[in-house]
Amino acid sequence: MTKLHCVINDEPVTVDIPEDATLLMILRDVLHLTGTKEGCGEGDCGACTVLVNGKSVNSCLFPAVQAENCCIMTIEGVEKHPELARVQKAFVDYGAVQCGFCSPGMIMSTIALLDKIPHPTEAEIRRGLSGNICRCTGYQAMVDAVTALSEGKVT
Amino acid sequence: MGIGKNIKRVDAWAKVTGQAKYTQDYMDDRMLVAKVVHSTIANGLVTGFDLEEALKVPGVVKIVTCFDVPDIDFCTPGHPWSVEAAHQDIRDRRLLNRRVRYYGDDVAAVIAENEIAANRAVRLIKVHYEEYPPLVDVADAMAEGAPVMHENVPDNILKHTSFALGEMSFDEALKEDGLLYLDKTYDTQRVQHCHIELPVSYAYQDGNGKITVTTSTQIPHIVRRVIGQALGIPWGQVRVIKPYIGGGFGNKQDVLYEPLNAFLCMQVGGRPVRLELTREETFANTRVRHAIRFHMQAAVRPDGTLVARRVQAYSNQGGYASHGHAIVANASNMIKQLYRDEKALESESFTVYTSTVAAGAMRGYGIPQGDFASECLIDDLAGLIGMDPLEFRLKNCMEDGYKDPHNGITFHSYGLKKCIQAGREAIGWDEKRKVYARQTGSKRRGIGMAIFCYKTGVYPISLETASCRMVLNQDGSVQLMMGATEIGQGADTVFTQMASEVLGITEDRIYIVSTQDTDVTPFDTGAYASRQTYVSGKAVRQTAEMLKDKILEYAAWMLKLDQKNLSIRDNMIIDPEGEDLLTMEALATEALYSLERSVHISAESTSHCKENTFASGACFAEVEVDMPLGKVEVLNIVNVHDSGILINPKLAEAQVHGGMSMGLGYGLSEVLMYDEKGKPLNNNLLDYKLPTAMDTPELEVQFVELQDPTGPFGNKALGEPPAIPVAPALRNAVLQATGVAFDELPMEPQRMVAAFKTAGLI
Repeated sequence: MTKLHCVINDEPVTVDIPEDATLLMILRDVLHLTGTKEGCGEGDCGACTVLVNGKSVNSCLFPAVQAENCCIMTIEGVEKHPELARVQKAFVDYGAVQCGFCSPGMIMSTIALLDKIPHPTEAEIRRGLSGNICRCTGYQAMVDAVTALSEGKVT
Repeated sequence: MGIGKNIKRVDAWAKVTGQAKYTQDYMDDRMLVAKVVHSTIANGLVTGFDLEEALKVPGVVKIVTCFDVPDIDFCTPGHPWSVEAAHQDIRDRRLLNRRVRYYGDDVAAVIAENEIAANRAVRLIKVHYEEYPPLVDVADAMAEGAPVMHENVPDNILKHTSFALGEMSFDEALKEDGLLYLDKTYDTQRVQHCHIELPVSYAYQDGNGKITVTTSTQIPHIVRRVIGQALGIPWGQVRVIKPYIGGGFGNKQDVLYEPLNAFLCMQVGGRPVRLELTREETFANTRVRHAIRFHMQAAVRPDGTLVARRVQAYSNQGGYASHGHAIVANASNMIKQLYRDEKALESESFTVYTSTVAAGAMRGYGIPQGDFASECLIDDLAGLIGMDPLEFRLKNCMEDGYKDPHNGITFHSYGLKKCIQAGREAIGWDEKRKVYARQTGSKRRGIGMAIFCYKTGVYPISLETASCRMVLNQDGSVQLMMGATEIGQGADTVFTQMASEVLGITEDRIYIVSTQDTDVTPFDTGAYASRQTYVSGKAVRQTAEMLKDKILEYAAWMLKLDQKNLSIRDNMIIDPEGEDLLTMEALATEALYSLERSVHISAESTSHCKENTFASGACFAEVEVDMPLGKVEVLNIVNVHDSGILINPKLAEAQVHGGMSMGLGYGLSEVLMYDEKGKPLNNNLLDYKLPTAMDTPELEVQFVELQDPTGPFGNKALGEPPAIPVAPALRNAVLQATGVAFDELPMEPQRMVAAFKTAGLI
């Protein structure tokens, strides 16, 4: 076991972790932040996407020890930031949610995308979301939601 | 308020904030973890195990093998139980199987304190086998002298059915002078549902013997029954809870590992045991879409009259029956329904056991396979006589009022030709077919189409029954409980809208209970067959009418007015002039707490549905084919659906988007491959090619909204249909672009390049 010090959703956290634990294991099994989902455990589906220092990562592949002194944001931390909560509102308003299992990861990828490219083209949106697989929506409503966000149509 | 409004999903905020709890989110500190030991041969017999090394792993609590499970064969499909023995599902598997029938069959299970220990033990278990030759394809399994998969099915043919229609035989019909004739084989591939949530359950047993299983399922009440059957215990001793689920698409319309999970918790004194599959197991060990081969023969008159067809369908069932022959029978029926044969139709279907993963229900239930064969054939026939394939379809497709000659299902609200017309205009069919007719160069464009029909629910082939319960809360709001399940499609939202429509109570005052709990929830068979808005919707309508009657009876007593002059609008009791008389809140509080007349107002009813109707639609696709790269770019694609009145148009559109995406994957990239030994080759999300956002074009959706007289609100099937016509529309577009007919799915680059080379195009 080793100690991990980091900031999760704006709160300082110190937690004992096994050296070989992934960030996803710590978030879900230790801290009970179950909004982050596991869909494959191999970095293929993107359901476990969280932000580490503002960058989107597959937390199922990310060694927890590498999160030392990092700022981590999960879906549970989004609502605290009104400008980021707009992303959630856009997903609701544009019908980008169906079964909802990919939604937390998809929203975290959207936040990372808009942080990097505030006004993405459709191709950039599709590229930005291409690490997150959704089987319900055909991505259409998600692209619509992100387009509306970039055009300032969601308040 | 009510039907036809685009209200937001009732569960949307819970899902976008991460608060919605799925099965994997329920944790218990005492929980043990179970992992299944899968066979590493495709066909054979387990002769023994070496467990010693595995038992030494710290944290291992118990190992159970196929020699330790009850001698009970059980069935798994999500069908209503037939009370007639002859129609009951096939019982052909055990909790763990000594007779191995596919690569990955369940032969043992490890229960451990944690996942790491369980996985280590699984790797250390040695299994001894007597090995038989693998039977990967239907042809292998039907060959003379093939090993027998199930003792009671000596020829490996699980079921064979046939029917004939028309005034003469197919061979007789062919004797007419001047007919043009085609003989083709169309092949559909094995694909997987790929719901993003993995199959997962956890189970415990309490001191009274009750076993509670929380699981990601579409069919909680059926899971309860099958666990009871598989373990040989009373069904009432089992309680199944279904929380939010992350997609199902038919895979979770099968009982998967819930019976084993229940059995394992009983092996450790009732302690909670969780059994979660990996993505690899989900591909290799749950269910897949049947690969079906269709041998089609057809004769057509030069004027475009379809004279006769003969269809032979061979469905690869895999090692266990699951939904079995119902799938290919559904496909063959749809081929029959969609077109008229002037003189003869002969149809023969085989479902064949092979030593591959069991095939089961998947969105469309055989119809996507049948539609691929049907719609490829139609374009091939139109090409044979030089007729526009759209005009050929209009001339021969099913007509208004069509009635199935076998099961009597009738097309009550016919929108098929309106869909064809709408799609024709949306894609610019007439103009583009001409423009794309003669092209040269390595990149070529084309447009193609496909149509389909789809019945709504399973009546009269099977029972259709659904229940609903409504309770008036103390504040005048309504608690709505359904046996029908929300699996992502939006069922909870449309049930809320239906209740609102009938009750006159706004949606924000209706609280639907999303979780099904078989100890509490009224009965319903679950989410499948695109049945819930239709069948379960009838239960909502009926129950809401009962509740409304009780509310108004109480209002009449309170107000000393005649009940027939009262109604409810926007949470108010109103008179015939629309004047507000009483709030629902005041009424509900009085009803519960009245010292004079305390009544707990509630209603519950069952709808036994004895009706059915057809939904229909079309897909039109415009593609550009880069022949040297073997790449299909979809430039435009539109699905047009005839699904009756839409309860929530925005949600309906979203359903269609998802189906189209699944159809794109089916047409262009998805296939679960096996090697010659029966071992799966690409059972992961890296090597199995699902469409990503970058692979997906803009998806256009249109509806032809006609009131269906049998639907509770004029509605009919929508959930599955969007996935059906996409693959054949793409194939027919590629055919127009290149002249090459791809008769095997998917149209992936390697296969396309090879075909273009053979055709001398590159």
